[in-house]
Order: sequence, then C-alpha cells, then structure tokens
Amino acid sequence: MAVLVYPENWDGKFKKLSFELVSYASKVAEMLGVQAVAVSIGSVDEGELSKLATYGAGRIISIENGALKSLDDQAYTSLIAEVAKSVSASVVVLSNNNTGKALAPRLSVKLKAGIASGVSRLPVSTSQFIVYKKVYSGKAFANVEIKTPVKIITLAQNSFEVIESPKTVAIEKSGIQPDQNLLRTKVTDVQKQTGKILLTDADIVVSGGRGMRSADNWGPLVEMAELLGAGTACSRPVSDEGWRPHDEHTGQTGKIIAPNLYFAIGISGAIQHLAGISSSKYIVAINTDKDAPIFEAAQYGIVGDAAKILPRLVEKLREVKSK
Amino acid sequence: MKILVCISNVPDTTTKVKFIDDQKKLDVTGIQWVINPWDELALTRALELKDDASNGVQTVTVAHVGLVSAEPTIRKALAIGADDAIRVNTDPADAYGIAAQLAEVMKTEKYDIILCGIESSDHNGSTVGGMLAEFLDCPSVTCVSSLKIEGGQPVISREIDGGKESLTVPLPFVAVVQKGIAKEPRIAAMRGIMAARTKPIRVYEPQAIENFTEVLNYEMPKPRAACKYVDAENAGQLIDLLQNEARVF
Ligand SMILES: Cc1cc2nc3c(=O)[nH]c(=O)nc-3n(C[C@H](O)[C@H](O)[C@H](O)COP(=O)(O)OP(=O)(O)OC[C@H]3O[C@@H](n4cnc5c(N)ncnc54)[C@H](O)[C@@H]3O)c2cc1C
Repeated sequence: MAVLVYPENWDGKFKKLSFELVSYASKVAEMLGVQAVAVSIGSVDEGELSKLATYGAGRIISIENGALKSLDDQAYTSLIAEVAKSVSASVVVLSNNNTGKALAPRLSVKLKAGIASGVSRLPVSTSQFIVYKKVYSGKAFANVEIKTPVKIITLAQNSFEVIESPKTVAIEKSGIQPDQNLLRTKVTDVQKQTGKILLTDADIVVSGGRGMRSADNWGPLVEMAELLGAGTACSRPVSDEGWRPHDEHTGQTGKIIAPNLYFAIGISGAIQHLAGISSSKYIVAINTDKDAPIFEAAQYGIVGDAAKILPRLVEKLREVKSK
Repeated sequence: MKILVCISNVPDTTTKVKFIDDQKKLDVTGIQWVINPWDELALTRALELKDDASNGVQTVTVAHVGLVSAEPTIRKALAIGADDAIRVNTDPADAYGIAAQLAEVMKTEKYDIILCGIESSDHNGSTVGGMLAEFLDCPSVTCVSSLKIEGGQPVISREIDGGKESLTVPLPFVAVVQKGIAKEPRIAAMRGIMAARTKPIRVYEPQAIENFTEVLNYEMPKPRAACKYVDAENAGQLIDLLQNEARVF
C-alpha cells in the first residue's frame, strides 16, 4: 500500500506547489502507516527529482519520454493509473490546479476511485476516510467521506505548508511507456509570458477594482506590487473594461487564489469577487466607502481614496526596503 | 456535427447558503436556481458555433442529471437557444454518479463535441467533464479558453500557467471550458422563451450507480477577526502592521 503523489514539472523544474503536494502526501502516508511514492512525468534531471525526497517521498518513479512534453489528459492518466496499480496506491494526491483538474477526474473513473477536489487539510480521519473541502465557492465547507478502496484527493493550492522530512531514495526510471494511440491532442503553438509572477503562485497579490477609476491610474499599484514581489490582479469589471489583462481577473468566473496577503484596492467585495479570494490568509481593503462589504472580509483596512493612499504606501515600502 | 452541453442547476451566485438537518442538507427555501455560470458560457459558445453555418453544427443539445424540479433551468437553456435536452431522472449522489449516468445515455446518443464548465458553483468539483471523457474513452482538453472549428476539426486554446497553448484534437472529444470561451452569456429573447415550451426534453430513467463519496455535513466558515483600521493620513502604518503584526513579509 502507498500514497501516490503526482508533482508536475514546469520545463523540468519543480516549484513550491510540487513540494506542498509531496509534503501533504507524506503526511497522509504517515497517518496510514504507508510510504509516499512520487511519480514524475516528462524530462526532469536526477538532481531535481531528488528534491522530492526532501519533502518525504520514500520512492521516486520517473517516466521520461520525448512524446510527453505537453499535457495529454488521456495518456497521462493511463500512466499515473498504471503506476498507482503497480504500487498498490490507496490514496492518489494531485494539485487542484489546471493539471490536476485535467487528470484527477479521469483517474477516478479509471481506478474506480472516489474523488474529493479542493481539499484544504489533512484527512479528518482515515479509518472512515473523511476529508474537508471548500464548497459553494468558499461560502461553506464540507466533510466528505470517500468510500472506495482507492481515494483521490486534489489539494487546494497554498493550503498546506511545505514540510521537510528528508529520505534517502534511489530514483527509479520507469519502463512504462505511453500508449501512442492515446496521445491524441497535438499542441501546435505555445505562448508564454516570462518574467511575470503567476497569480496562482504569488504569496502576495495586489488587486484593483473599479475604484481605480481608469486604466491610467495603475502605476502606483504596479509599483507597490514590484516592491513587494507580488502578483497583480483585478476585479471582473476592470478586465472587462480592458484596463487590465484578462489573466488578472479573480473571482468566481476568473482565477481562484489563496495568497498569504491580498490587497483589495477600490474593490467593493461582491460575493462573486470574494469567491475567488476568500481563502487568502490576510485581506487588506482600501476603499472610500466605509460600508463597502470588502471590510467584512478584511483584517486590515483604510477608508480613503486609493489615488492618495497608494503613493503613501509606495513611499513607505521604498523606505522599508532601503533599510 | 452535434454538440452536447452538460448543465448543472445551481443556486444563484448571490445566494447566502444555509444548512438544515444537523448541517447535512442545503436549505433550499427562497433559493433562485440558475444554469451554472460556466455552463451558460459553454452553451453560449456552442450556439455561436452553430450560428455560423460554415462550422457545420447541426444541433446543440443540453444534458442534465437531476429531478423534474430542474426543468425550469433546462427550459431556460432551451429558451437561450439549445435545440433539445436530455434529463436523467435521478438526484445524483456525486459527480461520479452524474458522469456515469451521462455516459449511459451516450451509448445511444452520439455527440461530436461535449462541453462542460470548469466547475459547478455548488461543489466546486471540476470533475464531470474529465470523468465523462474517461467513460467514453475519448480525449479531453481542460481549461479551454477558446474553441473554433476549422475544416470540420476543432481548434482549441487552453490556459497553462503563465500563458496558453493552441491545440488540435480528433472528434469526438470533451472540452472543459473556462474564462474566455464566450464573452457574455447569451440571454433568452421572448421568441426563444415561447419556442422553448415545445422543444423536446428526453427523459431517461437512471441506472443503478454506487456512490463513491458522501457529504457527511457542512460547516460555515469561521468568522474572521474584525477589521483593524488604519488612518488614511497615516497609511504607512499599514506596512508596519503587515510586517510586524501579521508578519506576511
Ligand atoms: C455570475 C457572476 C459572476 C461574476 N464573477 C465575478 C468575478 O469572477 N470577479 C469579480 O470581481 N466580479 C464578478 N462578478 C461581478 C461582481 O458582482 C461585481 O460586480 C464586481 O466584483 C464589482 O467589481 P468592483 O468591486 O471592481 O466594482 P464596484 O462594485 O463598482 O466597486 C468599486 C469600489 O471602489 C470604491 N471606490 C470608488 N472610488 C474609489 C477611490 N477613489 N478609492 C478607493 N475606493 C474607491 C467604491 O466605494 C466601491 O466599493 C460576477 C457577477 C456575476 C453575476
């Protein structure tokens, strides 16, 4: 028996998300008294793979194949399923990100395994297997029992700490090859922005709403984000208006994020906006309207005009940084 | 070409949810039920594709697994422009149950493109589309932000971390769609509402399907600590608090 975890890689590298996943899987494995096994797909070198052992992976299985450069839902699913069977996995852990959303449901059918997605804590119990997850876009939580012998969990991003528990392991190169008949999606073009902090990865996010008044007023907000090493985001009307790019739109119908710190600047705090940010550890609100609902979700607030307050924050941050 | 759009019937996004029966059940009193926002955009895109005759889309069908109480939501989808609908007459226990029931129907009804929204706003599962594709043993593409048809074949854009990928995939396939797939949901016009009354809803009786998961109970989020205010004139103090009290940077 084992807990199988699939940490994906980005151009051959892992990131914090991968280590969160492996840390989580090894804690679940500990609860069950079994080993955590990590499976990697794609071309990742040994040095990078061995990092997974730092976070508690007791076995690392690597499937390398030139045909597996980009995600193919069906082919990747069959590879992970095959590994899950070969290690007798009783729990399979993936991220609740783009990749996890593509693979976990297919795995559920393939392994006849019940699934709980967006889980944000260690299982409540393992004898009766119960997990805790967000429902109704963060308006409530649910204790969900998974009743099948094999269980699939997708972990909500930024919900679990990275924990070091180093193991010494040899990396196993797996002989499993993808079934060519399953590799049916063909990627014809990739467009990637470089240098920009990914919203889903950012520890701090600075976000603006309609209260920013126009597309021309974002200078200080962006500068503040740069000083904090933060990602930038916005409310839906802002991206609809074209003040900011669409990939910054957060909320029910945009990105769902859970940074440690979220600045909501000139954002009223509509329920659909909160749906995308309510799992943030700290929310800071800056708004001219003292009755704006965002203050109910926030731990820190300033009532006032963003155009005046942002330059003061930037000035203070510069001061702090220069020390 | 035939397109199927799977729709979920969910509480309006502004609903303040409450639970009853020892927090085991959603209190449905006063809830306004709507088509899940993502599914509404999926339906909109399917209809846009059908509008352009060169795409060769003959029909757009919507499918829902649920009891007769969901028919107003199905009728709304028909009013927006779907040609016909499928309803599997059962209250599904979980996403696996929904996908399994739909897969049963797909043994007799065939579609070239199946669209599902990236998540339903109730259980936030993001699972039905992928499950259905696995049942049907066909390809799936998730996080689809653009879908076109060129020369009878789908051309897709999918979101990846920090960018997007263009891809092609053979039919039939399942697209799990997200932001970008359509701009604004299409709204039902008076004529559509009239026409919807007579459009066919094919009702299927359910298969016996074991439930894999069960919600034991719901919990409300813990109330957050009250907001601490900083004076606007003294805004820099906020940075001190974040640094020394919250310790977030
Ligand atoms: C199905 C559905 C899905 C939706 N999905 C999303 C979603 O994903 N994300 C999302 O954001 N919205 C979403 N919405 C829209 C949502 O309901 C709100 O309309 C939207 O979030 C409001 O954006 P806002 O806060 O920027 O603007 P507003 O609500 O107009 O708020 C602007 C705020 O700025 C303040 N303000 C004005 N001037 C200043 C100033 N000078 N300085 C400081 N503050 C100022 C005002 O007091 C106000 O509180 C959705 C709606 C629906 C129906």
